[in-house]
Amino acid sequence: MIAIVTASERLAERWPLMVRDLVTGGLPEPWRWLANSLIAILVILLAFATLFALLTLAERKLLGRVQNRPGPNRTGLPFTGLRLGGLGQPLADGIKMLTKEDIVPRSADHVLHFLAPVALLAFSILTFAVIPYGRHLVPVELDAAVLYFFAAGAATELAIFMAGWASRNKYSLLAAMRALAQLISYELPLLLSIVPVVMLAGTLSTTAIVEAQGGWTAGVIPHWHLLTPWGFAGFIIFLISALAESNRSPFDLPEAESELIAGHLTEYSGFKYALFFMAEYFGMCALCGMGVTLFLGGWQAPFAFLEFIPSYLWFTLKLLALLFTFIWIRATFPRLRIDQLTRLAWKFLVPLALVNLANAAFWSLTRDWSGALQLVRWAIALALVVVPFVLIGRQLTAGIAPRTYRYA
Amino acid sequence: MLGSGLIKGLAVTAKNFVGSFHDPERLVTLEYPEQPAKVAENYRNFPFLVSESADDPMGTLRCVACQICEKECPPQCIYIEKSKAKKPDANGKLQLFPAVFDIDISVCMSCQICVEVCPFDAIKMDQHFEIAESDRFNALLLRREQLAKPNSYFHQIHPTEAAQVDAMLAEAARKAAAAAAAKAAAPKPAASAPAPAAGSTRLAAAQSPAARPAPPAAAPRTEPAPPPSNPA
Repeated sequence: MIAIVTASERLAERWPLMVRDLVTGGLPEPWRWLANSLIAILVILLAFATLFALLTLAERKLLGRVQNRPGPNRTGLPFTGLRLGGLGQPLADGIKMLTKEDIVPRSADHVLHFLAPVALLAFSILTFAVIPYGRHLVPVELDAAVLYFFAAGAATELAIFMAGWASRNKYSLLAAMRALAQLISYELPLLLSIVPVVMLAGTLSTTAIVEAQGGWTAGVIPHWHLLTPWGFAGFIIFLISALAESNRSPFDLPEAESELIAGHLTEYSGFKYALFFMAEYFGMCALCGMGVTLFLGGWQAPFAFLEFIPSYLWFTLKLLALLFTFIWIRATFPRLRIDQLTRLAWKFLVPLALVNLANAAFWSLTRDWSGALQLVRWAIALALVVVPFVLIGRQLTAGIAPRTYRYA
Repeated sequence: MLGSGLIKGLAVTAKNFVGSFHDPERLVTLEYPEQPAKVAENYRNFPFLVSESADDPMGTLRCVACQICEKECPPQCIYIEKSKAKKPDANGKLQLFPAVFDIDISVCMSCQICVEVCPFDAIKMDQHFEIAESDRFNALLLRREQLAKPNSYFHQIHPTEAAQVDAMLAEAARKAAAAAAAKAAAPKPAASAPAPAAGSTRLAAAQSPAARPAPPAAAPRTEPAPPPSNPA
């Protein structure tokens, strides 16, 4: 019985690799490696392009629902008359983007203006390479995968600056400056929030980090990093910083339309604009995927008895849940001011992330405490999360909160 | 505590998100072409001609082709030709009727002056707004066949106003009948009795006389040629 379950599980887990090997199995070694990589690239691009298309629609529909509207539900599939709740909308958007005129300002730097969206998209796609999508589905197994991921992710902000500089437009340039300020502010808490994970797992490899979160206590409580005190605090800091890194609301200052028209997108139209849009969603997906990998147990099932569901489905489910949270946050919070943005990063997130680092060190040192000592360990770790949060929060909001509104 | 406001905000949006699925009352959007748009009772856009019966709209038009609306219309979008013959109206009195009654709604500015000046309550404002056409000349020039709509339709779109109009018309008809009966009962004193000043029309008694010009039937005058608005 167990053997059958394991076999079917392995089949469900392995079939993508088996199909791939069926295609490329006959090739000699260097060519086979090349063909395997190309297939992986193709699958990732197709999967995430589809996800991007559906995500734009889902975002609009979810935002609509939060605002008690039905959202876009008119555009059906072409030539069929099927409406399917607006499923044709991404297709229509894509055709619209492709057929629009591509305008380059006369005084813009033509090379950089062209290069910026390409570079942005390229850097965003690079980050997909090291995320483990399933038990056996890692496009590139790097030893320094986490480092690689955040290096590639940080480069996207440089591409945004490139776009702002090349457009020769004051709004674009201001947006680019803001993007850089945001990058410098939020790169630090983002990296500090993931250092504990690397510390505890003892590796920078994403595969090993996911495997370190395997197993359950009593079969129901997974060993995800999220369910430890330092992991929870780290995940919240990671989430906030990831929102800022992917220029999502409420940190979408580089394209604050009420102040900067469309920010660095002001001078872009047509397909280049679509590339920016795509890169933004790709970046968001990649950061969510990394969040799933580092804190939510990657492709691990939440309960032991649910392990028969293939690992890549669990990864997809967690990724979608995190993306939903991003959209939910966008639907809720208004945009921050630039000084609030930097203050939040430097005065709040960075100190908390540093304390969290110490917390993780404590957690790592007390690994072999047991019995009553285990309770003491949890109490100290929780206190290390809550007390700094309350103290820094009090100190930051002293004199300004709770705010009272007076109407003239 | 810091952050509790954020949690409260997330709860509010979550409540709205979930609520919009199980409580259709929350959705304020009208899915327009499938669900008919609701307009306020006082909404009005273009005029139509009231007929008494839905079965024979051309035979029971209230309009007597007096051409007041045609003269008063500021953008001159109404074109009327009187009939040669007369036919009885709702009270049995012989009246003219419009042989041609056109309104060019591409010119009409929805000012409602035609409705204000009509002594016969024959022209009223419609609520039909889905009037887009692919032919911008002929399709927007409405003929009397297109303009004629029964009184029941008027009740349907403007219930309050229609009830008032019907009450006034009934009152006027009753007074006219009473006057006729009194005249028939006492022929001799009736000659000097104050015949209703408004006996000329059945409406003038019921409506404010100052606002109404004398009906042309009572004060006939030479009609100028119809304005060359749209000889189609």
